[in-house]
Amino acid sequence: MRRAAGALIRKDLRVELRTGEAVPAMLLFSLSTFVLFHFAIDRRSVEGDLAAGVLWMTLLFAAVLGMVRLFVAEREQGGFDGFLLAPVDRTALFVAKATVLFLFLGAVELAALPAFAILLLGPSPWGAVPELVAVLALANLGIAVVGTLVGALGIQTRARELIVPILALPLMIPLAIAAARATSPLLLELGAEPVPGRWLAVLGLYDLVFGLLAFAVFDFLLED
Amino acid sequence: MGAADGAPAVALRDLGRAYGERVALAGVTLELPRGATLAVFGANGAGKTTLLRILATLLRPHAGEAVVLGSALPREGWAVRGRIGLLAHEPLLYRDLSARENLRFHARLHGVAAGRAEALLEAVGMARRAAEPLRSLSRGMTQRVAICRAVLHEPELLLLDEPLANLDPGAAGAVAPLIGRASGAARVLISHDVEQGLAEADLVLGLRGGRPALLAPAAAVGADDVRELYR
Amino acid sequence: MFSRGLKPLSIASVVLIVGAFALVFFYAPNDADQGFIQKIFYLHVPLAIVALCGFVAGGVFGIRYLRSGDRAHDLRSYVAIHLSLVLAVGALVTGSIWAKGAWGQWWVWEEPTLVSFLIVFLLYACYQPLRFSIEDPERQARTASVFAIVCGAFVPLNFLAVRMAESLIHPRVLSTTGGSMPADMRTTFVVSLVAMAVLFVTLWKYELTSKQASMQLRALKRRLADDDDPWVPTGRSAAPQQL
Repeated sequence: MRRAAGALIRKDLRVELRTGEAVPAMLLFSLSTFVLFHFAIDRRSVEGDLAAGVLWMTLLFAAVLGMVRLFVAEREQGGFDGFLLAPVDRTALFVAKATVLFLFLGAVELAALPAFAILLLGPSPWGAVPELVAVLALANLGIAVVGTLVGALGIQTRARELIVPILALPLMIPLAIAAARATSPLLLELGAEPVPGRWLAVLGLYDLVFGLLAFAVFDFLLED
Repeated sequence: MGAADGAPAVALRDLGRAYGERVALAGVTLELPRGATLAVFGANGAGKTTLLRILATLLRPHAGEAVVLGSALPREGWAVRGRIGLLAHEPLLYRDLSARENLRFHARLHGVAAGRAEALLEAVGMARRAAEPLRSLSRGMTQRVAICRAVLHEPELLLLDEPLANLDPGAAGAVAPLIGRASGAARVLISHDVEQGLAEADLVLGLRGGRPALLAPAAAVGADDVRELYR
Repeated sequence: MFSRGLKPLSIASVVLIVGAFALVFFYAPNDADQGFIQKIFYLHVPLAIVALCGFVAGGVFGIRYLRSGDRAHDLRSYVAIHLSLVLAVGALVTGSIWAKGAWGQWWVWEEPTLVSFLIVFLLYACYQPLRFSIEDPERQARTASVFAIVCGAFVPLNFLAVRMAESLIHPRVLSTTGGSMPADMRTTFVVSLVAMAVLFVTLWKYELTSKQASMQLRALKRRLADDDDPWVPTGRSAAPQQL
């Protein structure tokens, strides 16, 4: 199973490096959204709750873009059946896709966060980087799991570009709540405060529940 | 593995499958011995591709029974996947990757050594252009790479959907040892070339509207019988 | 198959509903702060609780379908979710009316139940369009079951997160005397809850029976019309067409 997942991950990363369809789009989208926010809320800089809200909304919508691309590319390239024919555990596809989405999100955030800090964020986030990374990692895991699940669900339908956002956004609301509440103390004007542990716990619980669920049901989505 | 030498490669009884409103396949019953070739003829939409996909374990039968290489489908589909090779209508390859990258990927999925991929590319004459993205190759070349993918793991059953489409005579000759009778595998072959299909076959199945309209040993079937199906 | 116990359930529903109404109007006390409008609590909260249980039940039937392949479970799941969605809308509307009457606003973000319901509604509103957009009945049933399971698991997680988001600063707006209710209110509440639950099960069984009857009718018509295939449904539909 690890061999298959590894092969799939390498393949997806190679395709992305060669075609650049997902990550650049997600990044550009994030940057545009930051600019839009500046004009829409008419503020030169944001901090605390507002900053966390703007950041997470942008990241979640960018993630949705990535989700739509995750499986559609597979179908278009005609390669999906190729995997299904191999004598491997189909859950390897889930692990591979979730890992790829996680890596894409990480790549986007690597660029989007500095951009956010420059464009919109009032206080400097440098002091809080380790905690920020922890929150991002936990949240990205949840997004990756839910995104893979919803992407695979969407692939079955005819209107997949619509179904994926409509389904993914409500499912990610608890994650958004926890991520935003965990991030806002880190972005305060008067200096970063420690993250309330319970929000990290909620993120962890979310990741665990959806991770286990996805593991259990993913097989059924691939069968025909 | 699992089946005695005397057991057939494919045994179907009253196999059926529907797509929503349409009946795609119904009442297909046949036995294909190991190493033998079944030629499937029929007009577009007659159910040939559905049959192939069921045998490839990509589709579940909705009615009847299917036993492939000793394993009952769909329950034991996972056990035979590694022993079946499918050459479908689409190449099932990633267009942005090169031939070599595609084959190496499939080799990893099947647990096959990378050297075999190289040998196959050499055998079909694609070694020189193995590093270019498939997007830039012609259909005939892509077809050759797809054939390599199908036989990479030395399957005991080959499912071939118009294997020689887009291939020039030279290429057709190059792939014959891989997917022809000489390969030794049991084969299910879909072809629109009636004479050629009949020449290759041991058993002939003709489908019309999803149902078997003709089922006989190849020796007993003439080209005209087959052409009736397309009327 | 589904209609066992339908008559006694129907009678029980009628009795319980009439009983609940009687209790609400004649027995339960008028709330000191909120006045008469508070009585909508006896409609709103049972609607909410039963809808939630319905969604979770939809998920459970989804699991049973995936494990057994028996389409009857898929039908049960579909009807449970579809009815719960109706109840959820009811919960939202009654919650909104209550908020307007008691607090002067049509919507209050501080009330976690209401907010959670909005999210759950948004999610399950996708269920029927999702089903409709998949033509192959078996794939439709499988995808719908996965959806029902994932969303069923999501519901409690959602409630937890939303409640945690609001709990510190704002007290529950629409609660009634905070957890401890006087005996007459509690009796009325319990009866209303049981009435709503029994009503739900009755309606659920009615819809299942009705769908099964249509399926049998269609099968008979097919046979009489000389068409032999039992597995050819008539048209695209979000609901399961065949057992």
